[in-house]
Amino acid sequence: MAKTLAEKVWDAHVVRAAEGEPDLLYIDLHLIHEVTSPQAFDGLRLAGRTVRRPDRTVATEDHNVPTDSDVITDPVSKQQVETLRRNCAEFGVPLYPMGDAEQGIVHVIGPQLGLTQPGTTVVCGDSHTSTHGAFGALAFGIGTSEVEHVLATQTLPLARPKTMAVTFVGDVPAGVSAKDMVLAVIAQIGTGGGQGHIIEYRGAAIEALSMEGRMTVCNMSIEAGARAGMIAPDATTFAYLQGRDRAPQGADWDAAVAAWSELRTDDGATFDREVVIDATQLSPFVTWGTNPAQGAPLSAAVPDPAAMGDAAQREAAERALDYMGLTAGTPLRDVAVDTVFVGSCTNGRIEDLRVVADVLRGRKVADSVRMLVVPGSAKVLLQAEAEGLHEVFTAAGAQWRGPGCSMCLGMNPDTLAPGERSASTSNRNFEGRQGKGGRTHLVSPAVAAATAVTGRLSSPADL
Amino acid sequence: MTPFTVHTGTAVPLRRRDVDTDQIIPSDYLKRVTRTGFEDGLFAQWRSQGAASGDPFVLDRPERAGASVLIAGEDFGTGSSREHAVWALQDWGFRAVISPRFADIFRGNAPKNGLLPVVLPADVVERLWELVESDPKAEVTIDLERREVRAGDVTATFEIDEGIRWRLLNGFDDIGLTLRHDAEIAAYEAAMPSYKPTTTVTSAT
Repeated sequence: MAKTLAEKVWDAHVVRAAEGEPDLLYIDLHLIHEVTSPQAFDGLRLAGRTVRRPDRTVATEDHNVPTDSDVITDPVSKQQVETLRRNCAEFGVPLYPMGDAEQGIVHVIGPQLGLTQPGTTVVCGDSHTSTHGAFGALAFGIGTSEVEHVLATQTLPLARPKTMAVTFVGDVPAGVSAKDMVLAVIAQIGTGGGQGHIIEYRGAAIEALSMEGRMTVCNMSIEAGARAGMIAPDATTFAYLQGRDRAPQGADWDAAVAAWSELRTDDGATFDREVVIDATQLSPFVTWGTNPAQGAPLSAAVPDPAAMGDAAQREAAERALDYMGLTAGTPLRDVAVDTVFVGSCTNGRIEDLRVVADVLRGRKVADSVRMLVVPGSAKVLLQAEAEGLHEVFTAAGAQWRGPGCSMCLGMNPDTLAPGERSASTSNRNFEGRQGKGGRTHLVSPAVAAATAVTGRLSSPADL
Repeated sequence: MTPFTVHTGTAVPLRRRDVDTDQIIPSDYLKRVTRTGFEDGLFAQWRSQGAASGDPFVLDRPERAGASVLIAGEDFGTGSSREHAVWALQDWGFRAVISPRFADIFRGNAPKNGLLPVVLPADVVERLWELVESDPKAEVTIDLERREVRAGDVTATFEIDEGIRWRLLNGFDDIGLTLRHDAEIAAYEAAMPSYKPTTTVTSAT
């Protein structure tokens, strides 16, 4: 029977299936960080259980870490990080702590190490685990009870999700990035559009993306309501993985590539839902509201809630404009920002930093703007410095920081002040996400850099 | 886990859609390493805004004290996977949340802790809102055995995954259930190809 990519990976991991019960799914790789794991390790201790496969589990410190210092001063953050260290030591789980050459945002280091591989199942107590689907892995975020379950059993009981194809037709115009593509998808299908589904992104515009671009797209599947997003592995995927520390070597590599090459949706396979996006009509995209589906092309104006047909949508838009301090009809290009944040698991990789440097080279960050450039991992930091990108950032007046989640989520010292407005390459514009009372516009790295120069939402074409 | 069979209690009407988990509990509260005591973080931003404006957030209105059922708009629990959102709702005293649609991760997290997510059509949710807004003492009964919600003149059935229902009715621990299949897990592992990822440092290749 013809199968989709998601169905192939799912079926290959079913340990046990029984009528009327969820499938018991094997987990190949379990990523851990300090925020969602302490209560899971406590649960193991209470029940006298061990970590079944420490060799398929890896931990890092990312959410709480400061990016301008090697020392955590917040005692509560410090306790959380120290708890992770104690738990990893006690249960034999490998850990990349602050200061380690492999430390970084959990979704940046998995691919970087070559641990994220096609056809694997990957979980983490973090919703942006969908990132790893860029490799043709089935990767999804889990809660702390599930973290404990995977630690103890290396499996999860799960009901089989439905499948959704999101197909980009045609090529994207110049100046349109992976971030713009996924923001457009979210605006089209809504924050709940992918609920209950695994999305497979397809089409020439997806195949043309680098692995890093594909990770950006899959990363934000959760913002469209889908727990997982996937892209079929191809020559681009294999070229990215070959030679990485934890990628298969020698005969294993050949066997792996042969198996991975089968991981594509069969002709004649059907999806439960199909969405088509006209790639030729895309342009730089920004959000204006307080959920990631409240977005529009940069060339548009702040929408008028009164013109929205659905009452619940209208109320949500009114509330969002009030929180964001925006007036309907204002051109988005007129919106001035105080802070620009480049980084996160969405856009904190080397290609993102190169795009930002290309825009900033020979230019200055506007006097009214504070700009933070935060590499997604220690390796990304070293690579950027080897290429001299950090000198471009600092010469332009931006702050070049150490690796971590930083201003994506308000759990470390990098936050917005109440009422402060940001253009951010991160993934969520929820109320208070970047700090209590902060106002977030989600943008691509190119738009972030151009916005830093003008002080208003802009694309490089506006410079 | 405490079994969930039939629960009756008063309700809090939350007339908002897209209630993300950053609103249910802001990230600052996630630095704690405990599993209980999160009630102070529940809807912390909205509650502090309400207190500052003199128009208390619905949770803080005196007539909602002791409520144990939350009735919310569509797409409840979107965003972050933080299970703290479930813990905070429970620590406040909620046993069930009603919404026309839940985000997948929240919907998975809730029953693992004994909090029941109840999916009802938007028009039924509207009738429940009207009922509990006009009469804060109105009781809502959630009957998991019959998959039914009863309140005032509203009676509505709801769908729920049969496996989750069975675990909730019996208060079973998921991990204990899975460990009964240890031999099958071991057999699966024995047949895995050698190229699968390994996180521990092994001999150099």
